[in-house]
Amino acid sequence: MNFNITKEQILLQQLYREFTEREVKTIAAEVDEEERFPIETVEKMQKYGMMGIQFPKKYGGAGGDNASYIMLVEEVSKACGTTGVVLSAHASLCAAPIYEFGTEEQKQKYLVPLASGKKLGAFGLTEPNAGTDAAGQQTKAVLNGDHYILNGSKIFITNASYADTFIVMAMTDKSVGTKGISAFIVEKDFEGFSIGKKELKLGIRGSATCELIFDNVKVPKENLLGKEGKGFSIAMKTLDGGRIGIAAQALGIAQGAIDETVKYVKERKQFGKSISKFQNTQFMLADMQTNADAARLLVYKAAFNKDNGLPYSYEAAMAKLFASEAAMKITTQAVQLHGGYGYTREYPVERMMRDAKITEIYEGTSEVQRMVISAHML
Amino acid sequence: MKIVVCIKQVPDTNEVRLDPITGTLIRDGVPSIINPDDKSGLEAALVLKDKHGAHVTVLTMGPPQADLALREALAMGADEAILLTDRAFAGADTWATSLTLAKALEKMEYDLIVTGRQAIDGDTAQVGPEIAEHLKIPHISYAKDIQKEDDGLIIKRMFEEGYHLIRVKMPCLITALSEMNSPRYMNVAGVFDAYREKEVKILSIADLNIDKDEIGLKGSPTKVKKSFTKGAKTAGKLYKDLDEKEAAKMIVEKLQEKFII
Repeated sequence: MNFNITKEQILLQQLYREFTEREVKTIAAEVDEEERFPIETVEKMQKYGMMGIQFPKKYGGAGGDNASYIMLVEEVSKACGTTGVVLSAHASLCAAPIYEFGTEEQKQKYLVPLASGKKLGAFGLTEPNAGTDAAGQQTKAVLNGDHYILNGSKIFITNASYADTFIVMAMTDKSVGTKGISAFIVEKDFEGFSIGKKELKLGIRGSATCELIFDNVKVPKENLLGKEGKGFSIAMKTLDGGRIGIAAQALGIAQGAIDETVKYVKERKQFGKSISKFQNTQFMLADMQTNADAARLLVYKAAFNKDNGLPYSYEAAMAKLFASEAAMKITTQAVQLHGGYGYTREYPVERMMRDAKITEIYEGTSEVQRMVISAHML
Repeated sequence: MKIVVCIKQVPDTNEVRLDPITGTLIRDGVPSIINPDDKSGLEAALVLKDKHGAHVTVLTMGPPQADLALREALAMGADEAILLTDRAFAGADTWATSLTLAKALEKMEYDLIVTGRQAIDGDTAQVGPEIAEHLKIPHISYAKDIQKEDDGLIIKRMFEEGYHLIRVKMPCLITALSEMNSPRYMNVAGVFDAYREKEVKILSIADLNIDKDEIGLKGSPTKVKKSFTKGAKTAGKLYKDLDEKEAAKMIVEKLQEKFII
């Protein structure tokens, strides 16, 4: 058994931390306050090879593994939850399924620019009436000659208004339920495709979450990802990977809140002494860090399994469930230890608490994770 | 152009704690970094490489852990890395260090050698110029800018009141100021390459044309009389409610009292 990170990962963590400290932390409050997409961070991440860490060099990536990628999501999320999900939606939900299910032509055309960061990706599964019940897809794709014609809409799509490439699920045969769902690669400039309303959210406010509208969008036949009818399976496998990304985002948010709290309790004085001297503070911090470390083990284990060709659906669900609920609890405790100041925007912990909540909801709610985990048990 | 950048791995703090008994650095728990001036020197070399094409080698003398600093330099874009490590090198002062580095450099090809101005853990600013003396090549210290022209370089050398623009032919040595630039981050693919595609070449005393009495502690003429942490000064006095004239008068009186003016 080996719990050590590699020499490469030690150096990568140093890079990620320097990058986060100087490029991400400095604009995190502004990104939240102005609900602004951190486009400049995406451009910088492209420059340093951070948009496709886990993909082979021949496809524009850095030639690394999932664990090394997950660590970047964790580090940037310590300072900015928005940046964490922008990266995770791009790499785990858009680039990864093209790498795993795409043809060589699709990889050359779409994965290379995504993994090298020249293009940004997004993923469209959720619809107004198809959330956890993803099988209720109403977006339709009808084959017409050498094109599919897509009609319908998607909601809550991360990166939507800044993405160039979208993975979109649509019904090709409603009569067979989930077996009638297919996956497509859609370009932002395809005629009839437009971005709708932007959501105003509680947290991750910079992530550009919008509606996608398909009005007779002509999608070339060669943009079908995988086989017709395999869309649901592709979506579920993609989400298994995505969950490791979101678990890492939750872990980062949690650790970021702990780091801020440790700093604060050493400075803040009440009753004539630093509040770090009170046992309540010490015990609370101990619980917070223990939860975060337990989450980290689950997250890294899920990434390790994916990297080593082992099953990871169960591990990813468990990592996501535990890390997101730990993040919600830890950020709430961080606000509590900050007292009244923690409730104000003068300190980052209130933002972290707002950002944490979504990790219990998207890419499968905590309830869905419990379904996935128990399905492996029963 | 062949550039060699000499770097030093240093503890990441300006307030190095000393062991009160042995007088040596307490390195436990202090992360190590590439010395800031050296890192700017490396960045300057990488900029020259980007603009004009160059082969950049990083060279350091240090314990085996200095491998990490060299890998970081490789991940930033250096082509080659050499680590001089041997128990015989330990305890070296600036003279023995510069001699050891110069002996290694004698065996290498170079047009330009770049070092940092000084290291944050020693602050001597001697090693760079001493290397140049050992190698009998010109050196320009305190460089804030390096431009290439034909077969030479134009260096902006800073001093207290301004700067000199100095034209120099290669081979030469330059000591860089951290104000010169903002070093690039490592590249993610560069980190993988640093471990998978590139190697850190290790040299020991056997690889250098040098006698063991000339280097390390034995070859160091500097005698450290005492190392100590600066003691805390007494608390200052605060004079409140003075107007500008009274305040100025008070400052002058105090300075006279201490025979400063």
